[in-house]
Amino acid sequence: MMNFWAEHFRRSHPEDPSLSLQETSERCRSDDTVHAKLVVENVSKVFVTKRGNTEALVGISLVVQPAEFVCLVGRSGSGKSTLLNLIAGLEKPGQGRVLADGKPVTGPGADRMMMFQEPALFPWLDVIGNVLFGLKLKSGLTRTERREVAEFYLRSVGLEKFVHSNIHELSGGMKQRVALARALAPNPKVLLMDEPFAALDALTREQFYDDIQRIWREYKKTIVLVTHNVREAACLGERVLVFSKHPGRIAHEFIVGLQRPRDINSVAVANYATVITRALKGALDPELRGKPLGADEVAALTA
Amino acid sequence: MKRLLFASLLFLAILLLWQSVVSIGVWSPVLLPSPESVLRYLYTSITDGTLLEASLVTMRRLLLGYCIGLVLGLPLGLLTARFEICEDTIGVIALGLQTLPSVCWIPLALLWFGQTENAMLFVVIMGSVWSMAIATDNGVRHVPPIYLRAARTMGSRGLHTWFAVVLPASLPFLVTGMKQSWAFAWRSLMAAEIYVTVLTGFGLGQLLHFGRELNSMEQVIGVMIVIVLIGLSTDKILFSPWEQFLHHRWGTAKTG
Repeated sequence: MMNFWAEHFRRSHPEDPSLSLQETSERCRSDDTVHAKLVVENVSKVFVTKRGNTEALVGISLVVQPAEFVCLVGRSGSGKSTLLNLIAGLEKPGQGRVLADGKPVTGPGADRMMMFQEPALFPWLDVIGNVLFGLKLKSGLTRTERREVAEFYLRSVGLEKFVHSNIHELSGGMKQRVALARALAPNPKVLLMDEPFAALDALTREQFYDDIQRIWREYKKTIVLVTHNVREAACLGERVLVFSKHPGRIAHEFIVGLQRPRDINSVAVANYATVITRALKGALDPELRGKPLGADEVAALTA
Repeated sequence: MKRLLFASLLFLAILLLWQSVVSIGVWSPVLLPSPESVLRYLYTSITDGTLLEASLVTMRRLLLGYCIGLVLGLPLGLLTARFEICEDTIGVIALGLQTLPSVCWIPLALLWFGQTENAMLFVVIMGSVWSMAIATDNGVRHVPPIYLRAARTMGSRGLHTWFAVVLPASLPFLVTGMKQSWAFAWRSLMAAEIYVTVLTGFGLGQLLHFGRELNSMEQVIGVMIVIVLIGLSTDKILFSPWEQFLHHRWGTAKTG
């Protein structure tokens, strides 16, 4: 097993030429499934309820490259959260399969950490206790190493002064920061985020947008973020996938090539958001379906 | 300080009222002894050691039975919360027996164990085990599912989830259950001691019973006061650390 600290060091020094394959494969074509971090292959999921069957997802395919930031947007009930749960391994697909690093996902794994809309922190543990929870389930770390890693990530989310605070003493934004540190601590390659900012106030949320972009760049995480906030998706995602409802399908795909760090209030982000909103409402030309839409198309559509 | 003063004034007023009712002589002193005679009884019984010995006998029975009750009740509650088959069987029995006043176990205990310590223990266990099982079951069912999902994504499963997530998450319910269990155990034991004389040791309940037999009302009231004091102090000693912890960590309302 690779030494934890060596790994951290390399991650915080991206200019180091000895970096792994991950760095070079970042710019691979998005349909390259050999080096892909996540592959979703023709996945369908039906929920059986008393009132009948609901097709949550139908024939979804998706490839996420290492260190890519993908946002899934859609109305509630379009199956985007279901897809995230399938990738997390919390649910099993009815048909098709999900691969992480080329291996089929059979359950939750420490390589894929998840953040929820609620912080889901454990009230019987203090802040660092929560961050240590996942670390304790990772083998090969000594007690001191675990503490160092936990403190490292708490610093990284700006909570170094609250290491021993109780959860109920924190504000909503701080709780979500602890949840982020907790998800980062076991050093997963993939972060899965299910509307993590939806319950936060606007200012706290904007602060988060900066931090999440920094963390994504610094630690080279592959991030899949589910949201119904179109602007958020345009601001954060390299790619934005728009889900349609009944049954859940990927209707449109946007490539957001804007420079980072992006500001949620910038005109460029707003332009993308306008077009993505139209896509959400189903108001885009059906011929554009399935085609990756980039800056040129967005400029043409907003003109 | 102000609160302490107010409380002391109230107790003083009660004592005065008691004394004045005795002085007027509405009831015979056999029915209502004076505060002074109760104090005298307490003084003599403390100095000759009978009260201390009785308290020790009672506390030993109580703690032993209560601990066994908890140790049995907790896993029973976990089982009923986890398995439907246990819920339909043990769960129903627990609910039913919890409503049964534990005095009702005494005739059975006497037949099974005779006038022995085991009979006492049995009654105390029966008094405490069911409410602990029900509280545990309740606590486990109230664990927010999001905790379990979060734990699962971090790689927790099976027994680890039970010990590292489910049990601590239900701690507020467990503490409430422990308190209720304690109250039930205490009541059961008093009933058993008043009802049954066990020759291996005379507890507080027996002291109370003898007081009635001897028409010694100051003994009855004196022992009652001791029972109340023990109840109050054990509640503080046993449970306030837990409640402090809950208040500290969870931010639950402060008690005591």
